[in-house]
Formats: sequence, structure tokens, C-alpha cells
Amino acid sequence: MAVNYSAKEEADGHPAGAGPGGGAATGGGGAVKTRKPDNTAFKQQRLPAWQPILTAGTVLPAFFIIGLIFIPIGIGIFVTSNNIREYEIDYTGIEPSSPCNKCLNVSWDSTPPCTCTINFTLEHSFESNVFMYYGLSNFYQNHRRYVKSRDDSQLNGDNSSLLNPSKECEPYRTNEDKPIAPCGAIANSMFNDTLELYHVENDTRTAITLIKKGIAWWTDKNVKFRNPTGDGNNLTALFQGTTKPVNWPKPVYMLDSEPDNNGFINEDFIVWMRTAALPTFRKLYRLIERKSNLQPTLQAGKYSLDITYNYPVHSFDGRKRMILSTISWMGGKNPFLGIAYITVGSICFFLGVVLLIIHHKYGNRNTSADIPN
Amino acid sequence: REPPPGTEAYIPQRFPDNRIVSSKYTFWNFIPKNLFEQFRRIANFYFLIIFLVQLIIDTPTSPVTSGLPLLFVITVTAIKQGYEDWLRHKADNAMNQCPVHFIQHGKLVRKQSRKLRVGDIVMVKEDETFPCDLIFLSSSRGDGTCFVTTASLDGESSHKTHYAVQDTKAFHSEQEIDALHATIECEQPQPDLYNLLFLSKYLYFGMFIFCRPLGSENLLLRGATLKNTEKIFGVAIYTGMETKMALNYQSKSQKRSAVEKSMNVFLIVYLCILISKALINTVLKYVWQSEPFRDEPWYNQKTEPERKRNQFLQAFTDFLAFMVLFNYIIPVSMYVTVEMQKFLGSYFLTWDEEMFDEDTGEGPLVNTSDLNEELGQIEYVFTDKTGTLTENNMEFVECCIEGHVYIPHVICLGPFKGEELFFRALCLCHTVQVKDDDNVDGLKKSQLSRRSRIYISSSPDEVALVEGIQRLGYTYLCLKDNYMEILNRENNREKFELLEVLSFDSVRRRMSVIVKSSTGDIFLFCKGADSSIFPRVKEGKIDQIRSRVERNAVEGLRTLCVAYKKLTAEEYSNAQKMLQNAKLALQDREKKLAEVYEKIERDFILLGATAVEDRLQEKAADTIEALQKAGIKVWVLTGDKMETAAATCYACKLFRRNTQILELTTKKIEEQSLHDVLFDLSKTVLRHSGSLTRDSLSGLSTDMQDYGLIIDGAALSLIMKPRQDGSSGNYRELFLEICRNCSAVLCCRMAPLQKAQIVKLIKLSKEHPITLAIGDGANDVSMILEAHVGIGIIGKEGRQAARNSDYAIPKFKHLKKMLLVHGHFYYVRISELVQYFFYKNVCFIFPQFLYQFFCGFSQQPLYDTAYLTLYNISFTSLPILLYSLMEQHVSADTLKREPSLDVAKNALLRWRAFIYWTFLGVFDAVVFFFGAYFLFDNTIMFGNWTFGTLVFTVLVFTVTLKLALDTHYWTWINHFMIWGSLLFYIVFSLLWGGIIWPFLNYQRMYYVFMQMLSSGPAWLGIILLITVSLLPDVLKKVLCRQLWPTQLFLMSWSYIHRYCPQP
Repeated sequence: MAVNYSAKEEADGHPAGAGPGGGAATGGGGAVKTRKPDNTAFKQQRLPAWQPILTAGTVLPAFFIIGLIFIPIGIGIFVTSNNIREYEIDYTGIEPSSPCNKCLNVSWDSTPPCTCTINFTLEHSFESNVFMYYGLSNFYQNHRRYVKSRDDSQLNGDNSSLLNPSKECEPYRTNEDKPIAPCGAIANSMFNDTLELYHVENDTRTAITLIKKGIAWWTDKNVKFRNPTGDGNNLTALFQGTTKPVNWPKPVYMLDSEPDNNGFINEDFIVWMRTAALPTFRKLYRLIERKSNLQPTLQAGKYSLDITYNYPVHSFDGRKRMILSTISWMGGKNPFLGIAYITVGSICFFLGVVLLIIHHKYGNRNTSADIPN
Repeated sequence: REPPPGTEAYIPQRFPDNRIVSSKYTFWNFIPKNLFEQFRRIANFYFLIIFLVQLIIDTPTSPVTSGLPLLFVITVTAIKQGYEDWLRHKADNAMNQCPVHFIQHGKLVRKQSRKLRVGDIVMVKEDETFPCDLIFLSSSRGDGTCFVTTASLDGESSHKTHYAVQDTKAFHSEQEIDALHATIECEQPQPDLYNLLFLSKYLYFGMFIFCRPLGSENLLLRGATLKNTEKIFGVAIYTGMETKMALNYQSKSQKRSAVEKSMNVFLIVYLCILISKALINTVLKYVWQSEPFRDEPWYNQKTEPERKRNQFLQAFTDFLAFMVLFNYIIPVSMYVTVEMQKFLGSYFLTWDEEMFDEDTGEGPLVNTSDLNEELGQIEYVFTDKTGTLTENNMEFVECCIEGHVYIPHVICLGPFKGEELFFRALCLCHTVQVKDDDNVDGLKKSQLSRRSRIYISSSPDEVALVEGIQRLGYTYLCLKDNYMEILNRENNREKFELLEVLSFDSVRRRMSVIVKSSTGDIFLFCKGADSSIFPRVKEGKIDQIRSRVERNAVEGLRTLCVAYKKLTAEEYSNAQKMLQNAKLALQDREKKLAEVYEKIERDFILLGATAVEDRLQEKAADTIEALQKAGIKVWVLTGDKMETAAATCYACKLFRRNTQILELTTKKIEEQSLHDVLFDLSKTVLRHSGSLTRDSLSGLSTDMQDYGLIIDGAALSLIMKPRQDGSSGNYRELFLEICRNCSAVLCCRMAPLQKAQIVKLIKLSKEHPITLAIGDGANDVSMILEAHVGIGIIGKEGRQAARNSDYAIPKFKHLKKMLLVHGHFYYVRISELVQYFFYKNVCFIFPQFLYQFFCGFSQQPLYDTAYLTLYNISFTSLPILLYSLMEQHVSADTLKREPSLDVAKNALLRWRAFIYWTFLGVFDAVVFFFGAYFLFDNTIMFGNWTFGTLVFTVLVFTVTLKLALDTHYWTWINHFMIWGSLLFYIVFSLLWGGIIWPFLNYQRMYYVFMQMLSSGPAWLGIILLITVSLLPDVLKKVLCRQLWPTQLFLMSWSYIHRYCPQP
């Protein structure tokens, strides 16, 4: 690799004056005009400066302070994480004993849809508000071909993109010569299992209210995703001329009955459209609000999960899960952060001690006048 | 212009017009030519290829990410080059359009300079510059001479005399000149300024034809200025691009610094890493994809054309795509930053007040900024003596005539036989000119200007001699019409006809004149170095004079011997014939002349010797001491004789009293064979070094015995000569071995080329040390060009050395600060710059590599396009640039007081350092990636872009804070840049994610950054990851300082303790 990057041929004489003729004149006349440099701190490289030197002595306190701050934080996080109640069920149905085993090989267009019910027991009650997630494994939402297969301007309600989606959406761009709305692989593969949760008490099933709004980012719902505009609010008319994604049973304007959660601004859809970072991921499905202060959101006991099993994952060795988790400022249960903080804090503390010893043992050598000449 | 009659074959030649074209481009070819030149550089070409690959195939990142920086670089370079070229165009135009007087049909016509053609006759007035190379036909001065300064050509401000062609010097009017009919034969244009050969044939209307040789004394060069002469006529012989000046402005060969070389090596390493990364990923991709449900699951189908594509083509495309994804590991911006650092950094050198010389009004000049950091790497300094270590301000001290010593102002001992002849010889044998008018600026005025006579010469020794003789009663008056006039003690004018001048050259080391006295006797006076005179002497008081010369030399005086010989008319005419023939020779003229000189200058009668003192430059000793303390070996290479040079060496503390001097001189070699001498010396030196190691092992400290070596030119050429018998092959190795163990080496009696040879010998020895050559005269140019770094002293012997050097400084003492402070800083700065650049790009790209394992090797970029593009351009570029301009890891005072070579041998860029940085980068990258990975496991459930943004945020902060930890000199600018660029990153991210950008076809970053900041775990994670990634480096720094402190650190530490007591 050559490093002579810019204008080395000219390097011959840049400060001295360029080129023949010009250079000749400046070369000779140097003695006449005085070129005494200015005596400024900057030009003389004497700007006032703070000159810290990292030595054991200066770093020691920092290590102890980091240790002292990190360990309590870590403990705090760890406790918080441990207090989070989380319950997870794999309902893929790989095991033959699983109630959902019968649905393992469903396809998109199986009618009537396959349903199954899984019973489970919560050992502890979930006191605060609860998030209900669905989780997928071995699903590469972060595959490049997949990530780019969307048209943001179509989703933003741009009418021309609605009828003429971006090329990135291929091969999910058009179907039978009609533009697909919403186009692309992400939209096409939207998660469409329906999960319903029942509390079972003395053989009576009481449905738990699952709130489906408020699960997407506010900005996504209100700014980034918009239905096409036109006269009237009739979504069916607005989506005229487009066709539904191939794998969807219903067109986009029939995702929900409520008009402010229908079309592109359906929150389930918005959540799905935010592609996950890793092949194993969970996405927010529903919220369960605590009704009264007297009883927990989900009391300990038996529950059953009704699944309308539409989403095939067996073909790519995937797994599906349902997760219930109480809400904290931290998000889900994850001991990693707390442990990491405690570990780093302890290491710092330990290093501080080691440095203290070293400083004590070797420190005298530096400060004494024992300087080799 | 037309063939002379009688020429058998005449090939009409096309002469160029007198247009000077120094510009490279024209308006029309600028864009294609400039682009072509820029893409000829491999680095640019590499980036262009990456860009084209991005355009052609479907790659993960948009072509903008690499196209934009490339465009920026190319544009900036093009603008810079365009501007420089525009300046050149302007200069050219000014030159080409300045009016010139020419003779046409017997009349004076004014025309633009560019219309001049070969053969035109031109008139030049006083203080005008010659428009092209002219043959001097006639002048307004009666004696057919004119004075010229070549200050703009070689910097010598002295007035040089040029002579009109004898046959034409009588032509004074335009008509006469126009009637001239002549043919000039000349050589093809050559860049050599001083050796010119012509042969001209004149032809007066066919009446009679004769030949006349022309030499450089008849040639007036373009660029030189006419002085002291009202006007001259000349005929143009070389015009335009064929003039000597134009031919001399060719670029020198480029020198590369050690840093640049290691940078190239690192680049190749990284290129290999890049390719292997891409290969690994491509292979793994196909392994992973071998199961069909992975390659094409139902949710992520391929398009029809993708499916049909050839497998191998597809694999190759994938490989290229991975290359593109990881190509940032070799950043475009590094080149720009390095260039800018060098260019801007060199200003600190020119701005340095301490390196400005008040007397001459000159500061340091930086002719190339490519070698800045090399200044801190110097291990060998080769210095010239005269003018570099010494003032080159000569003063006549004494003369010795036939053994009697004369000192000015001291009463003479009475007349001797040889005395008068001796003084006359000194008065006549020189090339000094006399200036009668007083308004000559910038010239050395006679100290004893009672008679307000100013002597000018290109050699200061001559001036000193002529002035000294003046004080002894003999005054040189002038040279008029080939008659030299001198005023003797009795105030009588004596006239000598100057017949021939056998001018001085550094090989012969002597000069002679042949004069004819008024009585008709013909004398040849010769003066020169003792070594070149004594062998040619046949009588005279040789022994007495020789002992005196040696005594003077030991005292550090410059000695010259004077001899004469009386010629008979016959001898003279023989000599003249030989000279004439030699001068007429078109080929090998120099060689022939030398042979003739050799024949003429022999059988002298020795008259006496002179001694001239050359004072040491101020602080020369201090500088040499400091350099030696820093472990730099200082060699003095001089043309002077051994004793003089050795005296100077003692005076400037190169040799100390306890230095044991080893001699390797011709004299010694005459006694023993070279072989024995060398082996003896090496035994002495090695025995000592062997005992030294034993002593240091046993803990006994003996006083350091150091050796000084003196070698002369003849001995050196023996050593350098390849042996006929291959048996005892390498004296060179033995010689180098001896030199290595000597703290100082003095090489005397060196021819210019030998100086370069020595430099080359050391440069190519097996340690490959970095060498520096410093000198002030034309005889040092070869070594200045040969050494890694060439430094010219802007001195008295003209500017040739300064012009050919990489750096020019006014005084030798400035070398100390230049090497020990500036060089040290430059090196520390640039090596950190290079390492840091690689480090930050490893940190940047390695997470992207790791991410491929989690996204099915699909080339999904981790970061957003904007981040990919701006990372190197704006988020992390300015702090390192500023660091590399301002950093002072220890204070300049400490460096000056306690010079050290902690960074010698490219220490900061050796493999260990490089591997450390690379591993640090990999470690940090792993921390970033897996830290974010585990965080995303459960706590943060945002999309892939948030993941990337989190990693990127940690990355930008870590990399910037790492630099902050490395900064030892925090000025307000550093604070501003470091915190400013972090702030800029945050502001940019807020803005980039805060708006739906209408011109983008994706909105993937919308609110990602804000959402990340609104999450508590993200904050905690960022803080944790930054801490973890900085921890090992801090630890390493502290431990290294504590357990294995460098000397430099101890110095600055104790300094701080002493002067800034800490609580």
C-alpha cells in the first residue's frame, strides 16, 4: 500500500514557495523581509495545559471509587432483576405430549385454524402490571435480505408508494399485478398467532383482559406509521388498488376493528415491523393492567393459554414461547447487568488493593532522587 | 539559425519557444489528468475499487458510505493541487509576459518574453533578470565583463563576473550586433548549472571563419540578475523549458520515513485481516446455508433472479460484499489525517522562536513535511565541519614564509628573499573581486575598510587571505582588462597580466594562476591544501613549513600552502595549448582539464603557508554534548585535514579529554597493512566492550571509556574498495563494528561523494539506523540527499545545501531543539496517530464481524449508514488530529535537559506495540458486542438498529476517552475537541433520529437514539461497557509506569515533584 497520499509531488517546497519562478524569487529574498515568528503561546507550543500522569497514586482513588459505586449499583440491579416475576411457556409443540403437537405442521392457509390450549400454574402471584410477550427462536429477523425488505414511505402513508412500492420489497412487492400493502418480507411474515389467557378457578375460566394498545413506541404509532390519506376515513377505500400480503388471511385494513388501531397503525403490526437484533427475540404482545390495589394482577394459581396456532416455525427449527413478566424500570428479568456491575466493581476494588501494595512497595523508588544519569 | 556554409549535414532542430511552463495542468486537462494522477496511488485506487464494487453489486452498505469520503479526499486534493497549479500559471504568465528588449533589423524592439526564440539577440539592462540562457556578446563596460548575482538560482549572493566573447565584445550598438553572423554549437540541454560546454564558430560575412570555445564564463543563466553593468547584449541559446533553470527544477527523489514504512506494513497486515475475515465469513455462510430452511426460510424468500444466479458468482459476490462491509478497517481518513498532521505540524517548527536566528533574520525552513517524525528517530548525525560546526567567518591569523612566522600588526622581522614573492602570490592567486561602490547589500564587508574596498568571493578563505595580506602591506586593487593591479608596501602599483586561471575544485584542492609580470616573467602561483601541495614541491623549506602547518592545524586553524614556479615562454605556450585543447573538448572536458592541470601543476617551489581561523559556532559544543547524551552518534565529515578537524572536534567536545583516539589514517596504513590496523583496532574496542559487560554483570562500575575514531578519505576508500581476493572479504563489516563501538567518529579529507558513501554505508548496515546529514555547502549536498534526513544550514556558502535539504535551519545549535524536542514530539504524535487509527477501526469493524455470526452471515451491517460514514470523518477524527498536533507527553524543557532516546528504533511502532493496540481493539470490540448482546437478551427489547446504536455509542465514547487517557497535555483546545466531538455525536444522533428525513427511503433510525436513552438499562450498560473496555489500558499504563518506568517518565515525574509539589 502506498502511503503517499496527497500531493507529495508538490511537497518539494510548499512552505518555501511553489514551483519554479515563484520559488526562485522567494528563495533569494528571504534575507530582506524579516520572518520572525510570533511569540504566541500557541505557536510556541506553550499553551497553559493540565498535565495529568496516570500513576498508581492517581489511579488508586479512582479504582476504589468505581468499586464503591459499582458494587451497590450492581446489587441494586440484581435485586431488582430477581424481584421480577417471569413465567415462560414454550408452546411450539415439538414434544409429542404437548397439546400443541397437533398444530406443529400447520400452514398459513389452514382452515379452520388449529387451536390448542396449554394449562400452567403460577407459583407466585404477579403483583404489578404484567407484560405478555411472544418469543421466537431461530428466526432471523436480522437477515439482511429480510431487514431491508420494507418500504418506509409506504408505511408512512405515502400514496404513490402505496401503489408503487419500493424495489426492496421484492419478491413480496406485487401479487397478481397488484401492489402489496404493506409490502416486503417483514410484513408478509407478521406473527399471527392469537393468544388468550384465562384464569382457572374451580373449573371456571375467567378471561383476563389483555390490552393491545400501548405496546408500540408512541413515535412509531403517531409519526412513523400512517395510513394513506385521502377523502374519508374509510380504510377499505384508501387501500383500493392494493392487495394483501400473500401470507395474510385478511387485508391490512381488517387487522382490527378499532379504526385507530387498524391499517398501518395497528400496534401488533408496528411491533413486528421493528426487526429484532438477534435470532432469538421476544416481542411485546399484550399488557395486563392491575385492576385494583387489593389483589395482584395475576394471582398464583392455575391458568390456561388458548392458542390459535397459525404461525409455522417447525420448518426452520424455530420455537415459539409465551412470556409473562412483571414490569420494572429494567424491562425483563436479566441478571447479567447486576452481576456484571458487581464483578466489575469487585475487580476494580481488588485492583485498587493490588495497586496500593505495588505503590507502597515500589512507590518510593520513583519519588526518590534515584535517577540514573 | 542557419547552417554555416561548408557543413555537410545539418539537421534542423526545433527549438522551443521561451515559454516557461511549470504548471502541470491546463484548464482542459485538469480534471482527467488530476483524477488519473490521484488514482495512480494505490490507496486511492483501493477505495475506488471498493466504491465501484458497491455500485455494481448489491452490497450491505450504500455506495455513499465510501463514495462520500473518497469524493471529499479527492476534491480536497484536487482543489489543493489546482490552487497550486493556478499559482504556477500566474507565475508563469508573469514570467512569460514580462517585456524583453530584442534586436530586430538593427532596431530595439520590446516584446513579451515568451516570443523569444533561440538565436535572437537580447539586450538586458542593469537589475533586470535574464529572460533565457544567453551567450554574453558584449557589455557596456569597456572590459567586456558584467556582474551577475545568481541568488535566485543557487542562493549565492556574491557577484560573479562573466566575460563577453572576445570577438564580439567590441560591438556596442544595435546595428553592429545585428550585423553579426555566427553559428554556435552547443550541447543538448543539461541541468548542470556549472559545467557547460560550447563551441562556437563565428563567421563574418564569409570573410574569415574561426572557432572560439565558450565556457560558463560566457553564459548568462536565466534567473540570474545583471548587476553593476548598464546593459549587455546576448544571444539566446537555450530558451523556455530548455534553460538551465527550468531543467533544474525537477523534483528530487522522495524519502520515506520509518513511520511511513511501518504504516505500510501494518496496512498490509490489515489488508490480510480484511481478506481473511471476508473469506471466513463467506465460507461459514455457505456452510451455514447448506440446510435449505436456513438459506431460504418461508418468511424470507429470494427473488427469482437471485435464485437462478450461478453459485460461484454468488459466492464471489458475497466475498466482495463482506469486503465492502469490513473495508472501513483501512480508513480513507487516516491518509488525510496523517497528511494534515504532517503539513500542519511542520508549522510548529517554522514558528519556533528559539529556532529563529536574529542575525540573519532566518528561521527554519521545511522543504518537506514527510519526514517530521524521522527527526525524533535519528541515531547517527553526520555533520560537516566548516560552516556547520564552525562559523565560516574566516580571519587571517598568521603566515609562515620559509619558516618565518608573520602575524598581522606585529613588526616584521625584515625582508627575506621569499617574502615579496609570497605576498605577491597571495595577492594574485585568488578569484576575489573588488567592489568599488558602497551600495552593495548583503555582502561581507571588509573589517578593515579604511580604503572602503570590499572583497567578494565565493570562498571566505580567500577574502580572509586577501584582507590579511592587505594588513601586511600588499593590497590587491582590481582586475582590469586581464591585468591584476596590486599596491605594494612602497605604495607603488604593480601590474600583472593574468594569463590563465586554473580554478579551484574540491578534488584537486588547489588553484593556480599564471601571470606575467611587467618585467615579462611568467609565474605560476598555486595555493592549496598541504596534502595537495607538498607532493608537488621540489624545493623550499619543506620541513619547517610542514611542522608549522601541522602545529597550526592542531590548533584548529585552516592552513593553506603557497607555492610557485617560474615558467619559460615555451613552457607557458605548451601549457596554454594544452589548456586550450582541453577547453575545446566537447566530451569529457572536465576529465581532460584535470589531466592538464595535473601536468601543469608540478615541480613547485614552496613559499610558505597561511593560517586562517574559523571560529566555532555558538553552542556547537553544547549541542553535540546533548546529542551524544541522547545516544545519538555524531560523526564529523570534513574535507579539512586531520589535525585541524581533530582540533575542532576537541573544541566542540565531540572528543573529550579521556576519549581514546583510534586512528585509521593513510599514515598508519603505510606502516602496517590495512588488515592489521583494522584487526588491532577492533581488538582494542571489543576487548573493552567485553570487559564492560563483565563489569556490569559483576556490578562493578568502571568509568566509561569511550573511543573516538579518526579516519581519512584515503583509508576509507581502501576499506570501501571491494577486495580482489575473496578470502578476507569484508573490511566493511569490521570497520562498521569498530565504528559501532566508538562514541564519535571523525572523517577527514573527504570528497563530497565520499561523504555520501559513508552515510550510505551506515544507512545500509545491518541495524538500519536512521541517519541525518547536516551541512551548509554545495559539497554537502550529496550526503544531504543520501541520508534519511538532510538538513541544510542557511549559511554563507550559498543556499545549495538548504535548497536540496529536507529541512533548513539557520544555525547548528538549532539542531538540538529540532531533534530532541520537535523530532521527539513529532514521532510520539504520529505513532500514536497511526496506532490509534488502526485501533479505533478495529473497535469499529470487529463488532460488525461478530454480528455476522448472529445474522446468518447475511452481511447485515450493525450500524446505520450515517454512522458508518461519519465515524471516521467527524465523530472521531478531530480529537486525534488535535492530539497529533499538540501532544507533549513530557515538557519540552525536560526533553531538552534530559535528552533520551526512549522512542529510538521506531519503538512505538514495533510489532509488540502494534499487536498490543490491535488486541486492545479486539478486546474492546468483544466487550462492546457481547456486552450489548447480553443486555439485549432480555432487558432491552428494541430492534437491531437500537442494538447497533448502543454498540456505536459505547464505541464512540470508549475510543474518544481512550484518547483522553493518552493525552498528557490538556489545553483548552483539547478539552474543546474531545468533549466537543462527544457532544457533537449526541447532538447529531438526536437530530438524525429526531426527524423523518424526506430524502431517505428508509426511516430506520427514527427515534432509535432517544428510545435508547429513555431506557435505564441502556444507560447502565453504556457506562459499564465503557468502564470495562478502558480498564485494561489504564491498568497496563499504571503497571508499566510503576514497575518498569522509562527514564523519560522518571525525569518528568521528578520534575513535577520538584517544581510542582503535590499535596
